[in-house]
Amino acid sequence: MTYNRNFEYTRYLDNVEEMKKAHQVLAEYKFTPSHPEKGYCNRLLHIDLSARKISERKIDQKTKDIFTGGRGFGLKYLWEAIKPNTRWSDPENAIIISPGPIGGITQYPGSGKSLVVSLSPVTNIPIDSNVGGYFGPLMKFSGFDALMVQGKSKDDVIVVLDGVAGRVTIERAPLEAVDSHVAAEQFTHEYAENQEDRRNVSVVSAGKAAEHALIGCLNFSYYDVRRQACRLKQAGRGGIGTVFRNKKIKALIVHGPKVKGDSNHPVDPGRVAQAGIRLHKEMHDYDNKMCTMRKVGTTNIVDVMDAYDLLPTKNFQYGSHPETPKIGKKVWEEYFTQGVPDGCWYGCSMSCAHGVDGYVLKTGPYKGHKVIVDGPEYENAAGLGSNCGIFDPDWIVECNFYCDTYGIDTISYGTLCAFVMECYDRGILNQERTGGLDLSWGNGQAQLEMLHQMARGEGFGAQYAGQGVARMKLMFAQNGWGDPQFLNDIACEGKGLEQSEYMSKESLAQQGGYYLTNKGPQHDEAWLIFMDMVNNQIPTFENKAEALYYFPMFRTWFGLNGLCKLPWNDIEPGDNRSKYPPTEAAKVPEHVQNYVDIFSGVTGREITKEELIRMSERVYQFQRVFDLRMGKGTRKFDLPPYRAMGPVTKEEYESRQERYDKQLKEWMDIDPATRSIEEKIALHRKYRTERYQKLVDAVYKRRGWTSNGIPTLETLRRNGIDFPEVVATVLPHLSEGEAREARAAYSTGGSDRPKVGKPKASPNKPKAKAVKKKTSARKPAGKVKTKKKVAATKTASRTIKTAKRTKANTPRKPAPRKISKSVKVKPSSRKPSHKKPGRKGPARRTETKRAGKRSSAKTSRKVARKVVGRR
Amino acid sequence: MKYLKTNPAQCKGVRACEKICARTFFKTEDPEKSAIRVIQAEGGFEINVCNQCGECIEVCPVEAIYRNQQGVVMINKSKCVGCYICVGYCPTLSMKTHPDLREPFKCVACGACVKACPEKALEIAEK
Repeated sequence: MTYNRNFEYTRYLDNVEEMKKAHQVLAEYKFTPSHPEKGYCNRLLHIDLSARKISERKIDQKTKDIFTGGRGFGLKYLWEAIKPNTRWSDPENAIIISPGPIGGITQYPGSGKSLVVSLSPVTNIPIDSNVGGYFGPLMKFSGFDALMVQGKSKDDVIVVLDGVAGRVTIERAPLEAVDSHVAAEQFTHEYAENQEDRRNVSVVSAGKAAEHALIGCLNFSYYDVRRQACRLKQAGRGGIGTVFRNKKIKALIVHGPKVKGDSNHPVDPGRVAQAGIRLHKEMHDYDNKMCTMRKVGTTNIVDVMDAYDLLPTKNFQYGSHPETPKIGKKVWEEYFTQGVPDGCWYGCSMSCAHGVDGYVLKTGPYKGHKVIVDGPEYENAAGLGSNCGIFDPDWIVECNFYCDTYGIDTISYGTLCAFVMECYDRGILNQERTGGLDLSWGNGQAQLEMLHQMARGEGFGAQYAGQGVARMKLMFAQNGWGDPQFLNDIACEGKGLEQSEYMSKESLAQQGGYYLTNKGPQHDEAWLIFMDMVNNQIPTFENKAEALYYFPMFRTWFGLNGLCKLPWNDIEPGDNRSKYPPTEAAKVPEHVQNYVDIFSGVTGREITKEELIRMSERVYQFQRVFDLRMGKGTRKFDLPPYRAMGPVTKEEYESRQERYDKQLKEWMDIDPATRSIEEKIALHRKYRTERYQKLVDAVYKRRGWTSNGIPTLETLRRNGIDFPEVVATVLPHLSEGEAREARAAYSTGGSDRPKVGKPKASPNKPKAKAVKKKTSARKPAGKVKTKKKVAATKTASRTIKTAKRTKANTPRKPAPRKISKSVKVKPSSRKPSHKKPGRKGPARRTETKRAGKRSSAKTSRKVARKVVGRR
Repeated sequence: MKYLKTNPAQCKGVRACEKICARTFFKTEDPEKSAIRVIQAEGGFEINVCNQCGECIEVCPVEAIYRNQQGVVMINKSKCVGCYICVGYCPTLSMKTHPDLREPFKCVACGACVKACPEKALEIAEK
């Protein structure tokens, strides 16, 4: 089949050789390149930009057992790198990139992801971001499971990891561009030996706007062999690009060895391959009838969201708009080049990394240039488009491009732009306050200009918008612009992070899915709108709590292993919906089995579906404590703005009056005819706010947290993460009983550093005895090594010292584990509950038959499916 | 375009084709390493082998699959990353894999099986 293809772009390669000559090596480190064995290299590459020192560290078995890899490694090493009072711009803040043990296999779709972890400028708690592109796998095939960058450089530098030559350098590279679409191209050409070798180079960069805004993203590149151009995928959320530019990193470059099907050296390649081929076949047979990911990627749900009144429109006020078809699926099918493999790593038959080829820019410093735009994704179409009242696909494409190349998170930008546009609409902002920007709904040009301001570091864009919604609402209130309560209600952010682009108003479970998250309201933890609102499959608080336990834990696993979420449920086995009851079908059990197979096949560590959840929970609970350590992680930070819960304004109420009136009758037994709209809004607010609190109670209980959202001692123990520093962090928040127990079990003696208390038998507590027996054979955790740790645990030590004086006959608990020298965790004998959230009627009905052996070509593929896409 | 034309009605299930194919390319008689497969079907046999349609060329992410001058679809093993998308996307499921082999393999219309088949069920043809 032949498609129209426009692969001509403006190139930025005129002086590449001169640029490379101008490099000055500031530090060099030689290493022995190695391939991973069973998915791991067991090495971490550490870069200290302040001292210009490059070194490597061993990753031990215990670290792998507890943290698995990817996001788990990122959080573990970040915890060790920073102190409770560290702020994002401090030199000790780290950026950690790790693909996880599965990351880099070429047989299973979505297996080349890198997880990036850092202390976020917008939330001041850890952020994790999942990104495609080739950097992570190429880094791993060079010899490292993780790259950790700390310190700060005075001038712009690049870090080059050459996995072929076994050399890492920190270099001054003064001539290359900062903006990512140019930087990626220039560095790729500089470090590839020839055209064929370009696919073995990947560049991480962030653009000019990341220098001035807190919502900076990272771009991970890969070389597209058909387009002969660099593509960019984004680690978008939480401002890691801002940390990157603050450290004065212009680019991280990897030049890896040639990738082969067994580069990750799995234990059982056949098992991995069979799982991959199964999924490739499903993609071939059903994608056209399900989500059409190969044609339009995630934009397939723009129309679906609109149809269900869920497409965020005008700052999450409304859920649909008559002009949505202008930015709907059909339009994107025309915009995206069709029929080209568009995976962001090898082997992704889902192929959703679409691009708009040969787009001619209309604004900004690259005006008139012909570029490839990576995207838009659904989040961009909704965030930059409908949520800002913009229904012109060209503006969405243009803004998407500039967000990427400038290093700006499109989701945060969409949501903050929607916020300022509503402020403008309601007179909280005006042209005088915006410095002349006419931020009326739908003004794409103004949306772009605000972004260009961010890149130039000037005007309203840099001073206000770039600071994100959470800071803007405070700044506006301080300036006397608008009522603080109202600003609070309409600012869609949680913990400081802008909400991603779904309407949660009518789905209580999704309110939890957004705001009971570790990093802030991002939909990658749980997307429950259809289960909850559309299909009413999780009606009780307990049902919702179960879903808000299972799905966040399950989805965390993708981030531990370098995987993409999309191939899990944006394609399903043809008989998934007929074979399994609805709540089970929502988990796509056969795909979960695929993950069990590929993990076991890669690492040789045989796991089960239950162990998969336990692997995730260890990291999830650890991250929750990490939030607490950094000053958040308690109940008050888990509350949504009211805009995410219900109608704030009269217009919003009126837009869904029938629904809301009916709810007044059914939920509150109040006759709507007897009340004014203002009264009805207030009644809804009271009801919905209280209802959310009940959900919080149920979820905390299911997750093993106290009523203030703190993981209990038992929860930490069950997950094998009861390290002294972790226990010390939760200690002041525990119930008196648990705190007493913790102090006794984790007492330190006279030193200012925590020591391991020997477990003592207690005839009255057989349970404790059993645990003791298990751990008593273990080598006690060693001494704390670094000054940082001493500082981090001082508070705890004081508490513990006091505790020791009063502990008297309190039975002691088993030795805790240290993070750096952790003890191997045996699988807990306690099985997590996997209650099936009760639900009925799937969103999709699938009936399909693959024709026998396909012995006579395409005609044998008979497929009949009806589909509703979902995230 | 050169391809292996099959005549399943002639096939008696001797499987000499599988043996010679595996022997020619992998020095073994393991039928799992044969690019041609004889499948027992109702009332006879089916023969599964690549018809050189070339759909795999488009889905290969690294342009490792190409059509040679005779029109035969070939795999450049040096470029191949072993992702097996071509295996899942083959309309006739004729792209094969084996746990011992990193790259997939397929019929290249060499004709070895044609000579080996005692029933004359195979021939090299043009289309």
